[in-house]
Order: sequence, then structure tokens, then C-alpha cells
Amino acid sequence: MSRFKSSFLLFLLLFSAYESIASEDIVQVSEEFTEALLLRPLPDRKVLAHFHFQSTAPPTRTYGRHHHLFPKSIYQLVHKFKVREMELSFTQGRWNYERWGGYDPISNSNAKPPGVELWADFDVPQHQVEDSWKNLTHALSGLFCASINFLEQSTSYSAPQWSFQSVSGKLRYGTLPREAVCTENLTPWLKLLPCRDKAGLSSLMDRPSIYRSYYHSQRLHLRSDEFDTSKTSTGIVLEQTLTVVLQPNTFSGKTSQLSWSLSSLFGRKVGGKCSLSNSSNVYVQFEQSLVSKVKELREKRESSKNEILMHEGFQNNPLFELSLPPKRIIKEVEKLTKEGSILYEFSVEDYDESEPFDLGLSWKVPVFWSCQQAPLRTSRFLLGSGNERGAIAISMKSTESNNVERSGRDDKECWLRVGIFQVVPWYVKVYYHTLEVFLDGEPQHTVDNVEKIHVSPSEDKVSPGVMEIVLRLPCSVSTAALTLEFDKGFLHIDEYPPDANQGFDIPSAVVRFNDFLTNISFDDNSLKRVPILSKLEENIPVLSYTEVLLVPLTTPDFSMPYNVITITCTIFALYFGSLLNALRRRVGEEERLLREKAAKKMGPLTLMLSKLSAKLRRKQWEPPKPSSSRKSVINKKLILKVLLVAGIAVAWQYYFQ
Amino acid sequence: MATGSGQPAQPKSWQIPVFYQKATAKTATDLATTSYFESRTQRLKSSAVVEYRARGSEKLDADRRATMAETEPVVKPKPRPIIRIGLFLISHSLFVSVVCCTAGILALLLLPALAKNTYISENALMPGSASPRLSHIDASEGQNFVNRILNLDSEAIKTGIEIPELIAKHMVELGGEVNYHKFQPISTKFHPLHFFLGPDAGVIQENYSCSSYGINTVGIIRAPRGDGKEAIVMVTPYNSVKITTGQAFSLGVAYSVFSLLARVTWLAKDIIWLAADSKHGEYAAVAEWLRDYNALSFGDLKLYPEICGVNTSPVCTTSQVKEGAISDGFRRAGTMAAALVIKVADSSTEFEKDVLNIYAEASNGQMPNLDLINIVNYFAVGQGLRVRVEKIWSLLDSWLLNSLGELIELLGKVATSLNPQGGFGIPVADYVEGSATLASSLYNQALGVPTGPHGAFRDYQVDAITMEISPKFYATESFLFLLYVGRLVEGVIRSVNNLLEKFHQSFFLYLLTSPSRFVSVGVYMIAFALLIAPLPLVAAALCSDASKTKLGKDKVPETAPHRESVPTFTSWKWLYAAKTVLVVHLWSAVVTLLPYFLYQIPNSSPSTNLLIWITLSVLSLFFAYELSGSFSFFSTSPPQRSEWALLKSVTVAVAFIGLCLMSVINFATAEIGALLLVPMCLTAVPLRHNLKVNTTRALVRGACHMLLVFVGFPPTAFLLLKGASDGFGNVICSFILQLKEANGYLVQVFVALPLSLIESMFA
Repeated sequence: MSRFKSSFLLFLLLFSAYESIASEDIVQVSEEFTEALLLRPLPDRKVLAHFHFQSTAPPTRTYGRHHHLFPKSIYQLVHKFKVREMELSFTQGRWNYERWGGYDPISNSNAKPPGVELWADFDVPQHQVEDSWKNLTHALSGLFCASINFLEQSTSYSAPQWSFQSVSGKLRYGTLPREAVCTENLTPWLKLLPCRDKAGLSSLMDRPSIYRSYYHSQRLHLRSDEFDTSKTSTGIVLEQTLTVVLQPNTFSGKTSQLSWSLSSLFGRKVGGKCSLSNSSNVYVQFEQSLVSKVKELREKRESSKNEILMHEGFQNNPLFELSLPPKRIIKEVEKLTKEGSILYEFSVEDYDESEPFDLGLSWKVPVFWSCQQAPLRTSRFLLGSGNERGAIAISMKSTESNNVERSGRDDKECWLRVGIFQVVPWYVKVYYHTLEVFLDGEPQHTVDNVEKIHVSPSEDKVSPGVMEIVLRLPCSVSTAALTLEFDKGFLHIDEYPPDANQGFDIPSAVVRFNDFLTNISFDDNSLKRVPILSKLEENIPVLSYTEVLLVPLTTPDFSMPYNVITITCTIFALYFGSLLNALRRRVGEEERLLREKAAKKMGPLTLMLSKLSAKLRRKQWEPPKPSSSRKSVINKKLILKVLLVAGIAVAWQYYFQ
Repeated sequence: MATGSGQPAQPKSWQIPVFYQKATAKTATDLATTSYFESRTQRLKSSAVVEYRARGSEKLDADRRATMAETEPVVKPKPRPIIRIGLFLISHSLFVSVVCCTAGILALLLLPALAKNTYISENALMPGSASPRLSHIDASEGQNFVNRILNLDSEAIKTGIEIPELIAKHMVELGGEVNYHKFQPISTKFHPLHFFLGPDAGVIQENYSCSSYGINTVGIIRAPRGDGKEAIVMVTPYNSVKITTGQAFSLGVAYSVFSLLARVTWLAKDIIWLAADSKHGEYAAVAEWLRDYNALSFGDLKLYPEICGVNTSPVCTTSQVKEGAISDGFRRAGTMAAALVIKVADSSTEFEKDVLNIYAEASNGQMPNLDLINIVNYFAVGQGLRVRVEKIWSLLDSWLLNSLGELIELLGKVATSLNPQGGFGIPVADYVEGSATLASSLYNQALGVPTGPHGAFRDYQVDAITMEISPKFYATESFLFLLYVGRLVEGVIRSVNNLLEKFHQSFFLYLLTSPSRFVSVGVYMIAFALLIAPLPLVAAALCSDASKTKLGKDKVPETAPHRESVPTFTSWKWLYAAKTVLVVHLWSAVVTLLPYFLYQIPNSSPSTNLLIWITLSVLSLFFAYELSGSFSFFSTSPPQRSEWALLKSVTVAVAFIGLCLMSVINFATAEIGALLLVPMCLTAVPLRHNLKVNTTRALVRGACHMLLVFVGFPPTAFLLLKGASDGFGNVICSFILQLKEANGYLVQVFVALPLSLIESMFA
């Protein structure tokens, strides 16, 4: 107890000391943890749930190395490998850009390629970057129980020049498309939270319901300016998000939207906030197209009923009803002519175990709407057939949002800049000179449409091929396509991965719309203090990931090596045997020797027999021809042997059957 | 022996190397000086041939002559055993070839008895490890769907887009991603049959109208947690203009499975349902879709093209599903793992059970992986269907096969009594059925024409089969029918979905004798090898024969030096024969390819085409004659046995090589080709020989040869059979056509070989 007291006193002392220092700084210095959950109904009767946890640690210079909330492992990671920024994501399933949207901040920052994606920017001298990357992959591999260490090999990661924000050249990027994501990856991720999944919003994370989701992506984003010498450093910001797309249990008809509640989605309720978190909010977001639908409907109803609307509340919403009253309603600033989206904020702080938080949404009218799309919808596929060559095609198709954006700009000199970042493993030998651009089905001069391009061709067994390209497309384009031809390489037998007959993956390409930035801006400046909302307000580039491709390569029959070995050995034996025979044997000499031997060693019995037979035939006895005698002897011996073996076999058969 | 002639003054000792010196020290002492001896050995080490030749030369002690031509060994060296065996076989080539040929044919007939039971080789398939989930609700929805389609059909269909629209609407309701694929069958494709017989009615339509577009409807279910790298394809061909009840039921089966798969959570691969518009043939629709799937397509995929003027009717626009649900782009879903073509035949009453027919042969005799057939068989048997593979029905009543089957059954009994472990015996009925299936399997593979739309998938290395279900009464029990066929399809898809790798475990080269029995490549190759084994023997025998007689004749021109032919190059003589054969082959290749080029000429009737073809062929024959210098059958010199023997030996050798190559490409074609060619090759003898002898036996033999050659010669056979029976003739037509399209090489052999045989006959 006394020890506790003393430590408490020490803490107070320290705290007061810090307070005095902090008073000098503008920024408040203390560790912070916030949690938030954003729910959004999706057009195809699914619900997006986006958990957002943020921990911040003040800079070591002012705060020291001791942390209460911030995970120690991450702090050590940052310091050991001098990570400036890092993002790690584990994803299962595909983000459906068409149905779930591709333009809003959440889909742009949380839609990730299947498997593991990792990129990291280091604050080390250029020559140490590779080492830092390798060590980091191993550390993360251990930390998250995943085979991230496979990204250590130089064939699996790349150094993008300008496709990512960083231009330092110290950024490394790698993906593992085949990594299976499971609960064993989630548990270490939850361990980084101060309340784990015992309290607060993370207690909703019921494993079966999360892994039953249509899309599941857990992400860890790390930003530190620990190593900046400037004064305005914010320390380390650890942002952990879990994005799941859930389908409420279907019992009703097929077409209408489904009502849901937290307990029906997750099978659990929230029993209060995590007491260590500064804020614990739940938001329900309605997209702008849905909001405009609501408005339409309301206007219609107004005109029909001539009713005066009291205020924009949730109660008299003609479309849906929320089971709990929101704490406040946050409206997005209207852009151009469009209606902004609406966020309903709920605070979990008011609820506890006895009265758990269970938000529900029920639809009053069947409603159809669509999400805002990225300017171009991209898809990537393989062309050609056979085991020799093929082509990768990235096709882009314009969506309506493109038109909307275009209408706001002046029509002259309207260009759409599309950056594509594509990593191809070395065994798919891409010929970059075969790059062809098609606009609306017509092949184009590549030079006219490529603004800048950076290609580093693959090197066999050393590095993957990386292509970064910025296409400049006219805004009026409706379809654009890009093709690259490749040859399928051969691998050495021990380079084949397990289950080689499945084929080989080409990781997702990243398509970035450079001129498009997305954010949700709010009027109220006080909202900036809530991390999830400030995150939404940040301008982030619109990007989308393409599908992972599966290239069937020629695979050997893996039992074949044995066949090959045996055949090769047989051929070698035959060849060398006959060669040696030809080299060594001298048939003439051998025959002469044998003849001499035969002449010398003709047994008395044979001699007598031959003489006898000669006498019987009344012929002159002559010494037998050596070759013939030898032959006859051999033949007799052979016959004798054969007879002996046959006899033994017969006896064996007779006695033992 | 350049070494020998290069050292003319050397003593005899050069034959003995130094490491042999000790053993023959006595011999070595009375030889030349040691210093020279050692210098020689250096050379000898580098040349094994010299040593080898030395073996017979100890008798030549006194002989100082240098040229090896005169160092004729007195004792002929005994050749190696393998060479001795070869010589023995060549000297008894007649007997050996008769034995081998008979053995080959017998082995072919034995194949049904040697067939093994199939087994599921890939453990990951795990067929039947989960109970079927297709519920009564799904089946009844499928039934409703069928009724809706049939109702639609009973109304007047004008544009042919009502059914695709209906299907698309239902696909969207189930949550699939839908697009239409509009295609036009390629009309300018060369078709050899049309060249000779004129175009079929209704095939060539010069100006395509709107209704001539086929419209495939493609629905894709994305696997909920899959990575979208692989897909399983379900194909239901139907005629959008006039849909039959069977086709409607196949759509119903696919719909009920699709509605189940839209809900399930176990999907790892995307599911593609291709409702293929078989207005222009089932194969064409699927092939066109696959072609666009594997190519960059910018086609206008809108259902209502503006030019057509169909869309203006407001009924169509209202009937369309909600905006944007059906995309106008081409949708793809990764690499295809397997494809199932589901067809329902119109009801048959010939069996007590519903029958599932499996069609597997793709183009050029390629087969899907045996595991795919195995799992279909497994589930079909589980659902109480009777599984069948196509067979030639007429063979079932053949007394020859029946008696052979009895013989084999008897043999099997004897074998079983001797060795109870070895299960060789096979009942007569099984044997006959197995041979009929095997014959059909061989025939279809040899033909190289796909037996259904699944053939289009094999061209893209996707394993696919067609399941044709002939229900007994689907009119009365349509609900049950949909239920169990749906469960069958669900089971197969679930098994394929379990696969982590693509099909690779089981056999790709096999012949089916029944749905659950197969003959693998290791077994059927024996029959083929036995069948063609006589060819090289006969060629070698004829060659050695020819060289012997030539040697005998060479002594004659020495006495009469006015003949300036080059008799010293007797070993090169075969090159002339080879040249002749090559020229004949080239000519036949030209003749075979000519129709294709003639077809490009616009506005030409088949009869003029035929005339041009014949004249060009004759002209090219004369050109070839000029090229080769002399064809033996135009030469006026008296026939020499050696010449035709060499010619025949080269022809036979070429046939052997051709058949061997063909067996690698398409076994069945090679096997049938061997059955036709080998007897021909073995028996062909110049006609003049027969005529000279002038006995009735020789005449009969000659007539037989002519008959064989004529039957073997495809155009003749084609014409004969065409005249004989129309139905069977068509089959042969397609056989020849396919041969021409796919198996170019064998056609050449087929055309050229009888020609060269005829030539050798007239020599």
C-alpha cells in the first residue's frame, strides 16, 4: 500500500512537472485513447460497421518512455526500426466498389486487397532501409501471428517511387494475397487496445459474427514524428480500424431493406464504454443519396399532407426509425448542389451493464439508393489462354460520379489523371514495351495518354517487376483499357509454393485518381477533437484496388522427379555401360584368348566324347573349333541352369502351396 | 577408316593399345619399336572406332594394305545381342508382323476387360461430405421459374429477348451481378463440306438482322469471403426463339441452384451462370462467350442497340429491372476452375429410371480430368440416377462381340480358378457394353469434334463436361426432378468449390468403358504399340532386301560400264525414294489445303470450285512430277524389285513416324489410322508383279490391294459411303472434315500414303 502511495506521489510529482512543461507547449501532452463505431446501411441490404480506435503517445522528448495506454510493443517497434509511417492490413473478402461505394473516405481508406498489405516509410539512411524493412516484417510477423516474414524476400516487396504519398524513396510496399486471415490475427490486434475486447465498443467483436461477414479488414496505421527535430511533434499516433460488412439475418422478403440492431448484427450489446477511453461514440451515417431520398420523400409527404415540419429530427423521418435518440445530428457541409450526408451521434457513456447500448434501425419504406462511385470503376483480368503467354488488362469504366465532377469543371482541357501502381512477380515476365492504351475501344498512341511512367523490370529470382504509370485520359472517356503482355516463366522445382497447381497470384494493382480528393467536412469546429470525425475530414486521395489475379503456370507433376531420376539413371547406365564396353573390350583378343584357353583346357571327358563320336561317325577326329565348342558349352550350361531354376521353382510350388 | 589409310606404312601393331600390352606381351615383342607404339596409343585413345574395328584384324598380320575396304575380316565378328535380336526379327519380319498385328487387334478387343474401376483421386474434393442444402423452397421456386418461362414461350415471341430479360431479372433478384453478352456467330468460317457439297440451307445469312444476334445472359455470384481468383461455371443452353420444355427445365435447375448458392456461406469460388442462347448452336454461344471472356472486349453489350429499333416499345423498358442492375460491361470472375453444362432432354420412356448422360470429349480428343466425371458419377448415383456414357448401340447386338465376350468370360473364369486374387473375369453383357462404349469413346476422340458445349472450355484448359438428364416423367413430377437434379449440381459444385488446386490429380488420358470404369493410357498404348510395331520391321526388312539385291546387281553394271548411274552409292539410294515420297506428300498437302484458298474466291459456286480444285490438283501433280525429275511409274525402264522395295520401305517408315507422332497428339485418331494403315502397309505389292505372275491368286491379291487402298483413301471412301447411306455418310463426312481441320498431319498421311502405295503398286 505504502508502495502504491509512493508511486502515486511520484506520479503526481511527475505529472505536475509535465504540467509545467506542457504549459509551455501548446499541445496537450498526455496519452489518449478513443473508440468509435460507425455504422452505415449499404444499398444491398448489408451494414457496414467500422470500428475506429486511436491511441496517441506524446513525443518521447517531452513525455518519456513510460506509457500507460499506448502499447509498448508498438512503441518499441517505432523506435527500433525508426518507422515514420506504417500501415498493415489483414483483409478477407473483396470490397464491392460498385455496391458499397468507392468515393467516400471510409471506403477509400479501408477497402484493402485480400490478404495482407504492408507498407512502411522509414526514417533511416537510404542504405539501411532494406534492413529495417526485413527486421520490421519479422517483428510484425511475430506480433500478429501471420506470415508477414515472407515479405522479407526481395522478390516480394517493392519500392514505389511516387505512387504513395512519400517521396523520400524510403517507402517499401509488399502484399501477400494468399494469406488467410483468421481470429488468430485479430487477438494480437485486440491486445493493443487498453480494454482489449472486454469492455467498450470492442466487446461487440463476437468472432463468429465478425468472420461471417462479407468483408472483413483489420487495419493498423501508425504515424510518428518522433524523429523530427521540429518542436511541433505529436508523437506516435496509432490508429486501429476494423471494417466489416455484415448482413442482417434474413427472414423477410428479398427486395426490401432489412431492419437491424447491434445485437442482431453482432449477437452482443455494448455494456458501457471502455473506461480508459476519452470518448466512446457510435455514429450512424446516411449517405447523401439516401439523405436526398429522404428529403424527396418528405417533400412529397408534405405536399400531400400540407403538414408543417417541426424540425429535422429522427422521429418524423419518413424512411427509417432509430431505436434510440441520437445525442446530436451532424450534417456534412453541402458540396455544390448535392445534399451532404448525415451522421447521428450516440454516446455509449450513458449506458452500462444493466442497461446495455443496443442501437437498432428499422426501415419504414422499402428504399433503393446507390453509393457514390469512384470516377472510374476498374477491373483487372487476364487475357489469352495456354501456358506460354498471356496479357494483363486493366479496364476502367466511367461512372456517373465522374460526370458529376466533370460538370463542375470547365470543359476545356479536362483531363482525368489515373495513377496505376502494379507489382508483378518475376515469374510472370511482363514486357513493358507492349503497353497499349485503349480509349473507348480504340487503340491509342501510348505516348499521348501517358503523363509519366516509371518501370523497373523484374529480375529473375531477385526482384519483382514494378510499374507506376500516370495516365492522362480525357474526361469524356467512357471506357479505357490498358494491356500488358507477358510470358509465363518456369520455376525451379523447389521454388514452387505448396499447392502449386492452384496457380500463382499477381497482387492487386492500386489505381489512384490523382485529381480527386475525398473528405466529409463539417461546420462545427469542435468536432475536430473527435478522432474519427477529424479522420473523415482529412482529404484523402480516391483510390481503388483491383482484383487479385490467378495465373496458371506450368507445374510439373511433382511425382515426376522420381520418374525423371530413374529414367535418367537408366539412360546413363546404358550409355556409359556400352561406351565403356566399346572402349575396354577387344573382341578379337578375347576370342583368341578363349580359343587358346579352350585348346589348353579341353577336359578329358569332352575330348574322349568327341573322339568317340568321331569314331562312331567314322570320320577323322579333328580338334573342335574353339568358338563352336565354347558356344555349345555355354548353351549346355545355360540350359542346365534354366532347368535347375525351373526344377527348384516347381519343387517350391509343389511343397509350399 | 581415315586413320587406317592415313598411316599406310605402319606395322600391324597399331591395333593394340598400350594397356593391353602386358596381357599380350608375347605378341607385342615381335611388333614394332616401343617408342612408336606409345605414340600410336595416344591416337588410339582418342578413337574408339579404331579399336573396335581392330577386333577382326589379327588375321591380317601379314597384310600391309592400307585401305579398310580390302581388310575383309575372315571371321565375321559376332554382333551384339541386341543387334542379333534385331536381325532375327527383320529376317522373320513376315511372321513377326502378322503376330504383332494380331496381338495388337486382340489387345484392343481385350481393353474392356482390362478396364479399371474409377476412383476419386483428389482428396480435397470430398464429395458427399456435406448433406445437400437445396431445399424444397428452392426447388419450388425453380418450378415457378420454369412455368414463367413456359408461359412466356406460349405467348408470341417476337424479338427473342423476353427470355433473357426474364432470366436477368431473376438473377438480379437473387443478388447476382448480371450482364448480357451479345454475339454474332462467325459466318465466314471455312467449312470443307460446303466446298464440296454446297452450303447447307439456313446456315449462311449474309445480312445480319437484329434478331440474328444471340444474347447470352450471364449472372455471377461473388463468393462472400472469397478472393475472386477462381470461378465455377454453370451453363444452360436454351433456344431463345423456341424454347423446349427440356431447356426450360435446365434453366429451372440452374435457377434453383443459383438461388441456393446466392445464400450459402461456404463459397470460395465465384459462380457464373451462363444462360447460353443456342439460337446459333450450343457450341457457338459458349465459344463466343469464352472468347470474349479471354479477350479485351469493347463490344456494345447493350441489349437494345439503337439500329435495331426494337427497343422503342415501352413495354420493354418498363419490364426491365431497376436501373443500373444490369451492367452493360462484360463481367468476369477470375480463372475458371471447372464448368458444368446442364441439359435436360425431352422426356424419354425407355428406361425405368431417369438417365444421366455424360459427354466429355472435347476438341481433338481431349478429355476433362477423370475426377470431374467421377464426382458427377458419384452424386448421380447417390441421387438415384442411372449414369451412362455414350455408346454405339448397334454394337450391342453384334454376335462377334458377344461371342468374344463369352470367350473372355470363359478365360476369366479359368484365370480366376488359377489365381483367385486376379480379377480378370468380366461378364458378357459388361464386356459388350464396355466395348460399345469404348468404341464410341474412341470414335468421338478420333473425330475430334466436341460432343457438346463443354468442348469450348477445354480449349481454354478448363475441365468441363455436359450432363444431359433424360427424365422419365418430368411433366408430373417436375418438382422432385428439380430437387434431385439441383442437389446433384449443388453437390458437384460444392466438391469443386472444395478444391484448392485446379484438377490435376487424376487422369487426363483415358478411355471410358462405362461411367465407373476406364482404361488408362498405360494400358491402351500397349495395343497401339503392338499394332504399329511391324512397320519399322517391315521397313527395315525391305530396305535390307533392296540393298542386298542391289549389291547383287551392282556386279552387272561393272561389266557393262555404259550405265552411268551411280551404283557405288548404294547406301544413298533410299534418298531418291524419300524424295519421291516427300514430293507426293507435298502434293497431297497442296491438294488438301487448296479448298481453303479457293473458298476465299468470292462468288463461286461449289461445282466451279470443284472443277478448279481438280484442275489445280492435276496441274500441281505435273508440277510435282517436274520437280521430282522422275516418278517411277512414269519411267519406262523395267520394274526393279529394289526400287519399289525401297519406295515402300520409306513410305512405311514415314507412316510409322506419322502414326507415332499422332499417337502423342490424339491417341484415338492414331489408333484408328493404324488399324486402317497397317494392313495396307503390310500387304501392298506392285500391281505389275501380280499381273506378271498371272495366276488367279495373284489377281485376287491385286484386287484386294486395290480395294484396301480405295477404302483407305478418304475421298473415295467418303464418296462410296455417301452414295451408300446418307446418314452414315454424314458421320464420315464430319470425320473427314474434322480430320482436315484438326489433325492435319494424319490427313496428309491418309492422303499421301495410299497415293505412294498406289505408286509403288504401279512401279
